[in-house]
Amino acid sequence: MCGIVGLFLKDPSLEPMLGDMLTDMLVTMTDRGPDSAGIAIYGGETTGYAKLTVQSDTPEDDFAELDIDLRKRVKGKVSITVKDTHAVIEMQADQVAAARAALTEIRPNVSVMSHGESLEIFKEVGLPKDVAARFDVRGMSGTHGIGHTRMATESAVTTMGAHPFNTGPDQCLVHNGSLSNHNSLRRRLRRLGVHIETENDTEVGAAYLTWKMQEGATLGEAMESALEDLDGFFTFVVGTKDGFGVVRDPIACKPAVMAETDQYVAFGSEYRALVNLPGIENARVWEPEPATVYFWSHNDGPTAKEKAA
Amino acid sequence: MQSFDLEAQGLRALNSALNAQSSETNQTVWEVVNAKGSHAIAVGLDAPIEVNIKGSTGYYCGGMNKQATIHVHGSAGPGTGENMMSGKIIIEGDASQYLGATAHGGLIVVKGNASSRCGISMKGVNIVVQGNIGHMSAFMGQSGNLVVCGDAGDALGDSCYEARFFVRGSVKSLGADCVKKEMRPEHIEFLNDIIAESGVDAKPEDFTRYGSSRTLYNFDVDNAGAY
Repeated sequence: MCGIVGLFLKDPSLEPMLGDMLTDMLVTMTDRGPDSAGIAIYGGETTGYAKLTVQSDTPEDDFAELDIDLRKRVKGKVSITVKDTHAVIEMQADQVAAARAALTEIRPNVSVMSHGESLEIFKEVGLPKDVAARFDVRGMSGTHGIGHTRMATESAVTTMGAHPFNTGPDQCLVHNGSLSNHNSLRRRLRRLGVHIETENDTEVGAAYLTWKMQEGATLGEAMESALEDLDGFFTFVVGTKDGFGVVRDPIACKPAVMAETDQYVAFGSEYRALVNLPGIENARVWEPEPATVYFWSHNDGPTAKEKAA
Repeated sequence: MQSFDLEAQGLRALNSALNAQSSETNQTVWEVVNAKGSHAIAVGLDAPIEVNIKGSTGYYCGGMNKQATIHVHGSAGPGTGENMMSGKIIIEGDASQYLGATAHGGLIVVKGNASSRCGISMKGVNIVVQGNIGHMSAFMGQSGNLVVCGDAGDALGDSCYEARFFVRGSVKSLGADCVKKEMRPEHIEFLNDIIAESGVDAKPEDFTRYGSSRTLYNFDVDNAGAY
């Protein structure tokens, strides 16, 4: 069991409250996943700049003078904002690869949580309310975000086993369910040169989507082929720079509820997660169909594409 | 009428109060406010009382119900009416997965749609849905009736025993051993009665009956009375 929440804002006046609303939704899902929690938030961006969100178990040592040390290795400005065990490093967009390479040398204990222009991922072990407080998620603003509360079944309770997982620039994935062919798929992907860090099943799902997109698929196409290649139970919610998507496996025994108003589209593993959203009494509330890929985007209208089981 | 604020007074207090009612109670009508999708509302009731729940409910509302009438003025979460024995559950909105799973008796009415696995392993309950039902509905259904005024999803009645399914709209696919059957006068009569009792909008003549072809299990006509 795990809990997923997602909120995609159509009404820009709600953007300053995104973190606050997502935190309430996340905390409501504590009894679906009390061992770790995480949030992916699409906040502000600066043209020409990109963000790396990194994590360290010893932030006092690793984040001290990290910006100074990175400036020696990458071109242009580097700024760093530390939030508990995580830090968001901002740099010129063309310097991300150089910064990642430098990090492995100068701070080998630092893990990259996410990269992109607007995406930041924060995740840790602990109760959702504590995790949200450590990173001050309530104070975050943004256009859309996804949260996850984990009850581990397939692998250890660790920071790196928590969700969301970064699948590409400004892309992330959260999962409720369990994949049963993750070991064989991990071996297959590793043989193809895909880096997979942990024994976690969802990380394999995330790596699979990343690999498909590197091979030229769109995110929607990658999600459709996931319905063929992933065996097991899943409700996936994915975040992209300008929207979010939902797909459930054909059996669809993992719960999912969606709500839409003129102001937002919201996702919850249970209706309980949505009850305090503004105007929920009059929202269109429904369960996403199995084996159907849904997308909402700020640039295009919503789409739902059925993929035969 | 007894009114109960679930948010202020808590679930345990609600279910204790409802479970304390006997068939002689004079507190026959209850209203529950601030349901907010909470789990296990009004479970294990065993008294001829009426419980009106304002708002949507979470998992297992009305589970194991005997005698009581539970009216959800919203949508209902997974496992609503699970293992119900008798009484009635009315859902004004939609119902989530496995509505009325393993239920032995009583009536469940859904004014909206029901999701996947509606009536899974049903053992005598009657379920009436004004809208559509999802995939794998009535899987291993043993007894009782599932009446669907809209469409049914994939694999209706897979591996069913003697439960009967009446669908007005289309069936996306039938499950293993589930087949279309003739409508006889007794089926029209049954539908007439249950449509009237449920208050749904449908005509008995528009339905098609489905049920077991009895090739997947060892059916013996001498044991028909056991179902």
